[in-house]
Amino acid sequence: MKVLKLIYKNLFRHKLRSFLTILGIAVAVFMFGFVSTVVTAWSYGVDAASADRLITRHAVSFIFPLPYSYRDQIAGVPGVSKVSYATWFQGVYKDASFQNFFPRLACDPETIFDVYPEFILPPDQLAAFKKQRNACVIGQKLVEQHGFKIGDIIPVKGDIYPGDWEFVVVGIYKGKDQTIDETQMFFSWEYLNERNRQAESFATDNVGWYIVQIANPNEAANVSETVDALYANSSAKTKTETEKAFQQSFVSLSGAIITSLEVVSYVIIGIILMVLANTIIMSARERIREYAVLRTLGFTSWHVVGLIAGESIFTSMIGGVLGILITFPMANAFGAAFPTMFPVFAVAPMTVVIAFSFSILVGVVAAIFPSFRSANMKIVDGLRQIG
Amino acid sequence: MSLVEVQNVTKVYKRDSLEIPVLQNISLSVPEGEFLALMGPSGSGKTTLLNLISGIDQPTSGSIVVQGTDISKLSEGALAKWRSHNIGFVFQFYNLLPVMTAYENVELPLLLTNLSKKQKKERVEMVLKVVGLEDRMDHYPRQLSGGQQQRVAIARAIVTDPTLIIGDEPTGDLDRKSAEEILILIGRLNSEFKKTVVMVTHDPHAAESAHKIQHLDKGELRAN
Repeated sequence: MKVLKLIYKNLFRHKLRSFLTILGIAVAVFMFGFVSTVVTAWSYGVDAASADRLITRHAVSFIFPLPYSYRDQIAGVPGVSKVSYATWFQGVYKDASFQNFFPRLACDPETIFDVYPEFILPPDQLAAFKKQRNACVIGQKLVEQHGFKIGDIIPVKGDIYPGDWEFVVVGIYKGKDQTIDETQMFFSWEYLNERNRQAESFATDNVGWYIVQIANPNEAANVSETVDALYANSSAKTKTETEKAFQQSFVSLSGAIITSLEVVSYVIIGIILMVLANTIIMSARERIREYAVLRTLGFTSWHVVGLIAGESIFTSMIGGVLGILITFPMANAFGAAFPTMFPVFAVAPMTVVIAFSFSILVGVVAAIFPSFRSANMKIVDGLRQIG
Repeated sequence: MSLVEVQNVTKVYKRDSLEIPVLQNISLSVPEGEFLALMGPSGSGKTTLLNLISGIDQPTSGSIVVQGTDISKLSEGALAKWRSHNIGFVFQFYNLLPVMTAYENVELPLLLTNLSKKQKKERVEMVLKVVGLEDRMDHYPRQLSGGQQQRVAIARAIVTDPTLIIGDEPTGDLDRKSAEEILILIGRLNSEFKKTVVMVTHDPHAAESAHKIQHLDKGELRAN
């Protein structure tokens, strides 16, 4: 407490230097927070995966479909509580631009919102979804992005499944929290299958993958083995894995990029450390004589350590808080600009905690050397220094 | 009665493998209420002796007893506390903190005491009045002349009411007129406030203000 007043006074002794140091730290913390948010957003599906959901897909690749007939057999496997399914539809809304892309999935209206309870849909809208063949349910973010509303017709040009498609918006789902993807469109698989049948498509009576809800997450391995064993000798072998592993397989494709981003974020921390350490060392060197005077007056070496460390920590803390405050609006703006690339782009509480902790840690580390040197310098040597 | 007893003190500085003797077997007694001037050429060891008496340096051998305490045996922490209660320092270059006002500079040593805010304020205002700067207490050092800065330094030295005032060439950086004012002020501290003063100076005129002058040469006290 005795040195707080001095810390405050010293903090803005060289206003421009302090301002630039704080700004440097703020920019670095912002970069760290932003890059961390990108990494988190990239793997949001992995983090949001539920432990009680398994995904059964074609053993060769996700792009090969599975027979619809598997559904009842999988549902009969011990430990399975519910089975749903989905197919990647894709298609083109308006044009092929990035802004107009959003995931479009054919699904089972009867079960999809049971296996994904994190998608909140009002009961009357769910009833409408189940009732109307060409109905669709969209996420709240699509409403914000494209201005869709209940009753609107969304025209989509088919690519994987050719033809002109029209989907009537009957429901708008919201995520139970901000980590849930609200950029998807769901419509009935029956509608897709009906059109496939009419077109005599190869995809008739096929689904993309099964979503298998299990009663006990500890039984995931056993259930997966049992399901895959059912089709071990079939032409469409399956691979069943936890939803987390399924999502991870997508993320791992871009693993090198994510690792690079993570490395960059830690390099940024190193840069902050060097910038701040340089400033604190310079400040402490300029004030060696003052520290010696203070010790002459009766202040101890620990008071001097407190002064130097306090100034360093306050500087890094102000920069850190500023950087974190900048991160939020920037992340929001980025997330709004690229809603479908990063369906969930929010600064995670853990990112804030890590960024703030790092800024304090950097303040502590930057102060170690100058504190040690100033506290151990003999008073008489300090008094001889010319500041 | 002696306030300061320096007994057979030797001080040797080590620079790498070199040993440089600065004080050799010095014995000195400073009675309470004395105003002692230490004179000598550069390198004679007078500032070193002053540093030892004030407890900011330790002797290589010998003992230094101030007001009954053998300060050569105190730890660094204990010495710091002892200095804050017993010693008032006046440096040649004032050594005020530039980011603090005159008031705040004078208040600094009181931050180490348990005095209330009101008591601190009374003390600071009182000593600034003693040095004639009660109207400059909100000024920063850069807004004060050299003489005024030294008066602030003197106020800082006496604000804890120490027994011993140590002056290391307190007039060395001042013009003649300001130096005269500072010497008068230090003289008042000695005569009116009964402070014991030990002052190092090069200036024979400044030394004349003292009751007694001791000469140091090549680390030894010379007989007067």
